[in-house]
Amino acid sequence: MAKRLDIENLNLYYNKFHAVQDVTLQVHARSVTAFIGPSGCGKSTVLRSLNRMHEVVPGSRVEGKVLLDGENVYAPGVDPVQVRRTIGMVFQKANPFPTMSIKDNVVAGLKLAGEKDKKKLDEITERSLRGANLWEEVKDRLNKPGGGLSGGQQQRLCIARATAVQPDVLLMDEPCSALDPISTLAIEDLIAELKKDYTIVIVTHNMQQAARVSDQTAFFNLPAVGEPGQLVEIGETGKIFSNPSQKATEDYISGRFG
Amino acid sequence: MRTDTADIERPAKTPAFQQLSPGRKAKNHIATTLFALAFVVAVIPLLWVLFTLVRRGLSPMLNADWWTHSFYGLLPNDFGGGIYHALVGTLEQTFVCALISVPLGVSVGIFLIEYGRNSRLARTTTFMVDILSGLPSIVAGLFIYALWITTFGLDRSGFAVSLSLVLLMLPVVVRVTETMLMIVPDELREASYALGVPKWKTIVKVVLPTSLSGILTGIILGLARVMGETAPLLILVGYSRAINFNLFDGPMASLPLTVYTARKTSTEAGEYRMWGAALTLVLLIMLINLIATLLSKLFAVKTK
Repeated sequence: MAKRLDIENLNLYYNKFHAVQDVTLQVHARSVTAFIGPSGCGKSTVLRSLNRMHEVVPGSRVEGKVLLDGENVYAPGVDPVQVRRTIGMVFQKANPFPTMSIKDNVVAGLKLAGEKDKKKLDEITERSLRGANLWEEVKDRLNKPGGGLSGGQQQRLCIARATAVQPDVLLMDEPCSALDPISTLAIEDLIAELKKDYTIVIVTHNMQQAARVSDQTAFFNLPAVGEPGQLVEIGETGKIFSNPSQKATEDYISGRFG
Repeated sequence: MRTDTADIERPAKTPAFQQLSPGRKAKNHIATTLFALAFVVAVIPLLWVLFTLVRRGLSPMLNADWWTHSFYGLLPNDFGGGIYHALVGTLEQTFVCALISVPLGVSVGIFLIEYGRNSRLARTTTFMVDILSGLPSIVAGLFIYALWITTFGLDRSGFAVSLSLVLLMLPVVVRVTETMLMIVPDELREASYALGVPKWKTIVKVVLPTSLSGILTGIILGLARVMGETAPLLILVGYSRAINFNLFDGPMASLPLTVYTARKTSTEAGEYRMWGAALTLVLLIMLINLIATLLSKLFAVKTK
């Protein structure tokens, strides 16, 4: 199920603004890749370009290739809707659908794609909620609105929703930045479990988190104000945090800037 | 250094919290009084109107005939009769108006926010809608007269009234749809896209349900507003004292038109009909506002 991603010479633009320049990196299957770097360096933009969410913003433009097990998601004729079914996403702010119950939120992707088999939907609800470590907390109120859950529960609900459609890759855009330490821990544990089945890419501002959850880490940086963000280096997380090959990386992770 | 007893008695530091100064107290009183007064001034005319309406208009509608009969065959001095013909006309005319303007207006609103955002076409449309929303109702009536009656050569009818009401209602529907869609956070749209849901389905299943309560309320309040319009009625349809269900043929009564016509009958019975019709119209509009409130509660986004 899990697939690898190869990003080749990716350039991203918002109108005339060149946001990210020439990113080339590999994301391995069944592993966690963390994107770190100062604000505005383009790591979230890169993440959003992987499942073609970048182009949702009016005026945005993409150059280069994103290969999912060798298939370019930007090849002509590829339907972005299909790409997003294969590469799921969890956002910074938990965003359950306010009009839907907890259960409907989990299976929203399937229901909206036309799945009607009630038994199957029930099964997937339980499996996804168990997978997101949320089942025990919500199993008695599956028909209550998702908006009534706590922030951490909502975020796990969103993870359950993203995994319910069984994507090959799961993108996470600062999934814990709005959560308290306990909820953060719950999500980090979850990430460690999810990587058995999924390829995970996570953007985080929290370097300890990157060090805790990821197998490889990519450091992005902004060479100067107004210039496009760049990938400085990517490597095994242990190596990036103990012995980075670039000075900028070392300065960033040792807290000298950013 | 010499030490005065006064110095010794003075506390080492001034207290952090002091009493409200008399000046501030006075200002607070004045402001509170002014705002309370403004409230009273605003409420007095409102209550006065309601009181007059109920005092004069209540007795006609206590009669069961009021709700089931028309004014057909009544002489100027005859009491009795009922408002049924006018209720039918008002309800039919506004219903047809809603039937046309709601689908059209909601579609325009969806286009403006979901598809056309910031495009030149969308900006022009918004601008036009703004202009249209300031359109005086008499002008809407004249325009339909020129189009429907002068140009197409058709008769004055209830349907012509509905068309003029559409002109007045459409900007309201577009506006309310736009506003309500605008406050649906983009995060919800993105969450839906990220699940591989196509855009149209995102709009139908995620965006619209989230904003349904507000859109419905706005539409119904717009309808209540349009229901009381009088100017187009004076131009576009003749008054009938009999019941006419046909929007396309013949004169047709409505509540505002009945109020207007009854006023011209300078007898006590005429006054009786006028106030009765006026109170009926106000009650109908209040009922519709009540329905709007209930619907908005029913469809509101729940968290429990």
